[in-house]
Amino acid sequence: MTIAADPVLAADGRRERRFFLSLSLPALCIVGLAAILPLLWIIRQSFLTTAGEYTVGNYDKVLSSGLTWSALAATLELSLGTLVVCILLGTPLALALASARPRVANVLMAFVMLPLWTSILVRTYGWLVLLRRDGLINAALTALGLTAEPLPLVYNFTGTLIGMVHYMLPLFLLPVYAAMRDIDTNLIRAAASMGATLGQVIRTVILPLSAGGIFSGSIIVFIYTIGFFITPAVLGGGKVNPLAIRIERTLSTFQDWGSASVLGILLLVLMALIAVMFLTARRLMAYNKMGAAHA
Amino acid sequence: MLEAYPDNRLARVLLWGFSALVMAFLILPTLVVVPLSFSASDLLEFPPRAYSLRWYENFFGSATWMAALRTSLILGTLTAAVAVPLALLSCISMNRLGGKAAATIQGVLLTPSIVPGILLAIGLFFVLAAQGLVGTLFGVLVGHVVLAIPVACIVLLPALARFDWNQVQAARSLGANWARAIGGIIVPQLQISLLSATLMAFLTSLDESVISIFVASGRNSTLPKLMFLSLRDQIDPTIAAISTLWTAIVVAVILIVTLRQKS
Amino acid sequence: MKSLPITIDSVRKAYGSYVALDDVSLDIRAGEFLTLLGPSGSGKTTLLMALAGFVRPDAGKLLMGDRNITRLAPNKREIGIVFQNYALFPHMNVLANVEYPLALRRIPKAEARQRALDTLARVKLEDLSERSVAALSGGQRQRVALARAIVFEPRVMLMDEPLSALDKNLRETMQYEIRRLHDDLGITTIYVTHDQREALTMSDRIAVMNSGRIQQIDAPQRIYDRPSTRFVAEFMGEANIVAPGLVRRIDGAEGQREILMIRAESLHLDASLVGRDGVALDGTLRAKAFRGDNWLLTLALHGGQEILVCIPAALAGGCAELATGQWVTVYAPAGKVHAISGAMA
Repeated sequence: MTIAADPVLAADGRRERRFFLSLSLPALCIVGLAAILPLLWIIRQSFLTTAGEYTVGNYDKVLSSGLTWSALAATLELSLGTLVVCILLGTPLALALASARPRVANVLMAFVMLPLWTSILVRTYGWLVLLRRDGLINAALTALGLTAEPLPLVYNFTGTLIGMVHYMLPLFLLPVYAAMRDIDTNLIRAAASMGATLGQVIRTVILPLSAGGIFSGSIIVFIYTIGFFITPAVLGGGKVNPLAIRIERTLSTFQDWGSASVLGILLLVLMALIAVMFLTARRLMAYNKMGAAHA
Repeated sequence: MLEAYPDNRLARVLLWGFSALVMAFLILPTLVVVPLSFSASDLLEFPPRAYSLRWYENFFGSATWMAALRTSLILGTLTAAVAVPLALLSCISMNRLGGKAAATIQGVLLTPSIVPGILLAIGLFFVLAAQGLVGTLFGVLVGHVVLAIPVACIVLLPALARFDWNQVQAARSLGANWARAIGGIIVPQLQISLLSATLMAFLTSLDESVISIFVASGRNSTLPKLMFLSLRDQIDPTIAAISTLWTAIVVAVILIVTLRQKS
Repeated sequence: MKSLPITIDSVRKAYGSYVALDDVSLDIRAGEFLTLLGPSGSGKTTLLMALAGFVRPDAGKLLMGDRNITRLAPNKREIGIVFQNYALFPHMNVLANVEYPLALRRIPKAEARQRALDTLARVKLEDLSERSVAALSGGQRQRVALARAIVFEPRVMLMDEPLSALDKNLRETMQYEIRRLHDDLGITTIYVTHDQREALTMSDRIAVMNSGRIQQIDAPQRIYDRPSTRFVAEFMGEANIVAPGLVRRIDGAEGQREILMIRAESLHLDASLVGRDGVALDGTLRAKAFRGDNWLLTLALHGGQEILVCIPAALAGGCAELATGQWVTVYAPAGKVHAISGAMA
């Protein structure tokens, strides 16, 4: 038997919900005004000429330009490159930290997270100093006789990639480390008791069980790097031109607001595509989770 | 975690050796600027042949740098002052509403931290340009506030989840209105979380460069904007001095917060 | 399957000033089911983990057959382990979990599958082989863990409180099944538990541990009836520890001089159930409680010490009429009065 809802009490309940909703209103308004509205404005601007008339010419211009496609390629190259290097450097580091005693791990984590707290400009400057032709790294390499000539490490793709990996690595590390820390020690003991070598344990137990963390870390890397501006602008030396750089140049140098907006929309679409890709991949991973015993 | 494999010395040495290199990679750029900032030379020699404080004098003696520092500090303070109360209110609302409503609010509030900074920057630039507000402190401030709100929420939301809501109901039953209940019961108990949220909001604004680059100008240029411009043009050791100061302040703040939380 | 004996020789393990294992020696026969029984912190799990290789002893020797395994890596010991939380791999299904040790041994896929399915059939799980581990009940997980521990035919099996997470009825079924599995395979098994009833039901021998030492090692019945220390007596069941002066011989002969242990259920209200050489205790009834299949009486002896008396409901004629404060005499047969070492508390 159900009891009919008392309309007065129901109204009270609604009033309380409205009150709690209203607490979010100020924050929602300012986010709406300073984030959502600007994004919508980019869409509007992409259909306007410099004189303010409606046009689709901006799209024509941007999509037919070779520069756009090379910018797109540069964006993907940088993001993918950063991701690959982060996985290669970050996963072993996360494993080492997760296997350390908790107190040691906490101290080391504080060190690893330090870059996260310093300004990106401070870090970029540090890399400029290290990577220049007469910088510390080239000086060390020449002194050791490893290279005769100083290597071109900065104002190019290599330098940009180094800077971006340096920025992203702590953010990638966090979820991977958390996933590895969460692995039940008894699982590793169980595998050992059944005869697994260290390599087999890593391959068949630790990596599959931290796949979720690696996945989350990869999403973070992609979301951040796809619109990266400062690092390519400083360490790229004009030779690395991902979408963010093209947007800035179109806006500041050419004062072409319409085309800059189209490029911005392209960036948004790219982000949406990658998000969909990741979500699909996650779903597939969940399906194929089982039956992976044979090492 | 790997204590089931006490004998794999070689693997251990390799793993930790590799990890040490990666950690060095992470720390190196922050550390390398410290000695440079005390160099007496215009060149970025390493190690410096002679030491001096000239780059610090250069920084503190320059009207442009000082104006930028002032702008950044004011902006950071205002950002924290606006973003943290707004974040607290919406966290209370998310905590109480729960379910879909809370998820939707959270989604909207998180948008600015997911969307690439460059898009926020140019969108905000367009909107402000339409209102004739480009170059004003207000323009940069709203940009920084929307970036700081999600950061503050990340700190406050779990703190509120641990908070025993019955206390507020007790206060209400004793006759407190909502403002008193929030101000007198929630705020004092979330003191430490509110402090870290404030610091994080402040640092978010202080560190933000992309919005500043597009929206701030002239007198209202921020420190990161000026640093960015001078990095693009020439490598000036003054930046090494600023970087060293910056790192020192951040490390000090983190130490203070961690020690406070422990005690 | 050929099982091996195990020798634990003077093993010591300390964590800082805390001594987890204090000079423990123990011989386990091939094919034996031995239980390490003790309260938490008694060292039983540390000893098990030392055998598994996850804890390295500070001193002493561990032998499997003739082989010294003290310093052997865990993954080379060929020991099947069932963990307290089962430690099933959450990213593999039931079959994959059981095939895992076979895959590590590079056994051809078809053969591995057949062996895994046969082993699953042994624990009555052949129908669930494609299930995800997360979709199993506690008892089913327990069976998967068992199957996984025996599928690679280890010579020794270790079990760390494997039933502690199950409810009472299931626990009893599993006790029986584990014991039956052991008898079928004849595999040397070392079983850790803090539940004395479980230990009594399942074991060939029980080693009772406390504070890092083995207190007594014996067959279940001897451990229960003839505990060598006060700790063992009290840990194994409701034991009354009584000073000799409070006990008199029914026939008036001279009594023992040592401290005596009499189990609550060895005491009777009816002197005719006890021989002439039995003993009697006198006291006032403090409390009585009906517990279904028995009555529990609390008696205060001379001097105030309380003892427990457990009368089976079938023999409890008259219990219902007893009033608290009443003077009562209880009797125990001589064979159930056991002298133990150690001083009165």
